[in-house]
Amino acid sequence: MILSILTLAALAAVFGLLLGYASVHFKIEGDPLVDQVDSLLPQTQCGQCGYVGCRPYATALVEGEAELNLCVPGGDDVIAVLAETLGREAKPLSDEHAAHVPSIAYIIEDICIGCTKCIQACPVDAIVGAAKQMHTVIIEECTGCELCVPPCPVECIDMLPIRACTDTWTWPEPAPAMQTVN
Amino acid sequence: MGKLYTFPGGIHLADHKSVSTQSDIRQSAIPERLFVPLDQHIGPAAECVVSKGDSVLKGQMIGRVSEFISAPVHAPTSGTVIDIQKFPAAHASALPSDVVIIEPDGKDEWQQRSPLASYEKMDPSELRNIIRCAGIVGLGGAAFPTYIKMNPVGHNIGALILNGAECEPWITCDDMLMRTHPGDIIEGAKIMRHALQATRVIIAIEDNKPQAVASLRSYEGEYEWLEVQEIPTSYPTGGEKQLIRILTGRDVPSQGLPLDLDLVVQNVATAAAVHYAINNLQPLISRIITVTGPGVKSPCNIEALIGTPMSDLIELAGGYTDDADRLIMGGPMMGITLKTDATPVIKATNCLLVQTPESQRDASATRACIRCGECVKVCPMRLLPQQLYWYSRSRNFDQLQRHNLFDCIECGCCAEVCPSHIPLVQYYRFGKSEIWKKEQESTKAGLARQRTEARQERAERIKAERKAKHAKAKAAKAAAGDDKQTEIKAAVARSKAKKAEQQSATEKL
Repeated sequence: MILSILTLAALAAVFGLLLGYASVHFKIEGDPLVDQVDSLLPQTQCGQCGYVGCRPYATALVEGEAELNLCVPGGDDVIAVLAETLGREAKPLSDEHAAHVPSIAYIIEDICIGCTKCIQACPVDAIVGAAKQMHTVIIEECTGCELCVPPCPVECIDMLPIRACTDTWTWPEPAPAMQTVN
Repeated sequence: MGKLYTFPGGIHLADHKSVSTQSDIRQSAIPERLFVPLDQHIGPAAECVVSKGDSVLKGQMIGRVSEFISAPVHAPTSGTVIDIQKFPAAHASALPSDVVIIEPDGKDEWQQRSPLASYEKMDPSELRNIIRCAGIVGLGGAAFPTYIKMNPVGHNIGALILNGAECEPWITCDDMLMRTHPGDIIEGAKIMRHALQATRVIIAIEDNKPQAVASLRSYEGEYEWLEVQEIPTSYPTGGEKQLIRILTGRDVPSQGLPLDLDLVVQNVATAAAVHYAINNLQPLISRIITVTGPGVKSPCNIEALIGTPMSDLIELAGGYTDDADRLIMGGPMMGITLKTDATPVIKATNCLLVQTPESQRDASATRACIRCGECVKVCPMRLLPQQLYWYSRSRNFDQLQRHNLFDCIECGCCAEVCPSHIPLVQYYRFGKSEIWKKEQESTKAGLARQRTEARQERAERIKAERKAKHAKAKAAKAAAGDDKQTEIKAAVARSKAKKAEQQSATEKL
């Protein structure tokens, strides 16, 4: 009787120490689920979901405060993986956003007055320029978030759809086999 | 003669090769205009170094490279650059890509060329650099820059395999080259062997090309390192991995390279191009193309300048028959359908095949998969074509990768034997390109995330710095304020003392 009590007490102590050690030494800073959800988002940082960037939206999603059909650039593919990751039901993207065309910002350099307002608006530092100097967009780094468009006082920023080239072209999906009944 | 092995799967196809080997290689005249694309190889396009109005000489570099996997482009003849335009590429997408349009002056004048030292005196790295600068890419159809494969990166190369299998039906350009220019191939083999420091060179040729075998065998006695190996005809023996399997019985690891087995495989035409570059100082500006198929009147092989419009070659081959229907670049198994014959010949153009409606499958004949398993039996890569088909259809890209989709060589054996006529290879190409696209997107997203985080960090740092600066200024101001008060007090005290002094002075008077 005493032996079993002692054994159990000893086991409890050992496991308690182990758990205590683990909770201190293997502690994960922040919410790993937020990181995971953030990695699923397209990182456009466009704010079309109503949050100031992809990570704030990821946090809101994990906390259950946001709907999962708000990411416009991600579209239905992102909604599907978000639904799977968060164990929630997928919803279609609202109709007003359905026609999203991936674009890149272009500054019409002849019109630019060098006000730096777009530089301040760009969430990924993809615009270079200085006060009263012409600005330009580093196209490889532009996410097409459109945040630089409204601040421009001279309307010199165009959003142009990304042109397909042989490097980014994808093979079309073959038409499914003819279905025959009987 | 070495022992031969077999590879799993594969099929026997009607080869249709004799139709285009009846006449000698025809020379295509310099066309009125040459359309030289800057993107003719695997890797990023070359960067244009000429502009409109420039005159160029034959062999002059018109596109240079800045990336590792890329190849320069040269002017095929002398003339004037009349424009640099977007033109439909010789690519399945037919998307426009940059093309340098040259109007030949008819003089065909070479640029200044100074002879090189003998290749034997050159360092392998020097040879690699010349091969790179000559714009040589794999001429079997893949157009991978050759100089990269010429770097043994620490491996002791046991054998350089020259691939003369040419296993796809209809194509005979390598066959004709081996029959008519065996010496060029041997010269190229010598240079490549020296550059790779390879022990042996094996030239592998399918046994349906006896004349090619005979013409190369005549050199076998001259060089003890040379071996001409006749291999049984089967499709796809010309696949790099299948050829290695036949010759050595060993398998290249999944997603690996022949280099992992201390082997290098190059096409026979590539070897000849290396010889022209080093011994004749001629960059890759022309190649042999088979123009064949039931849709051309007089099938033949043609040597043409890179940039010649394909319609010129068709004309040289007697023109189209009345029922010509489809133009394919490459063979019937792995070739790509072209939208227009105005497309220029590129380095990768080994064959132009013109099909008629009878010679190809009717796309509407596709039926549902009956799970017969024929595709599994013929797959030379030992994959599960049927599983890949289902996963590709359901867009299950994770499972596609788990089932080694990227080991698929797109040989088309599975689609050929499919009784339901399912375009299986199209499903695999679709799956591969979707996975690549997703990878590109996730790389871009990663970069954007990094930049956003850096930007936020910077904003916070600037805010903190500004706050610290304000606090410092405030403290300085406060300290300065104290000083002023004491100064005022001191001044007051001084004036009081002065006043008292004056008062006492007047009192004394």
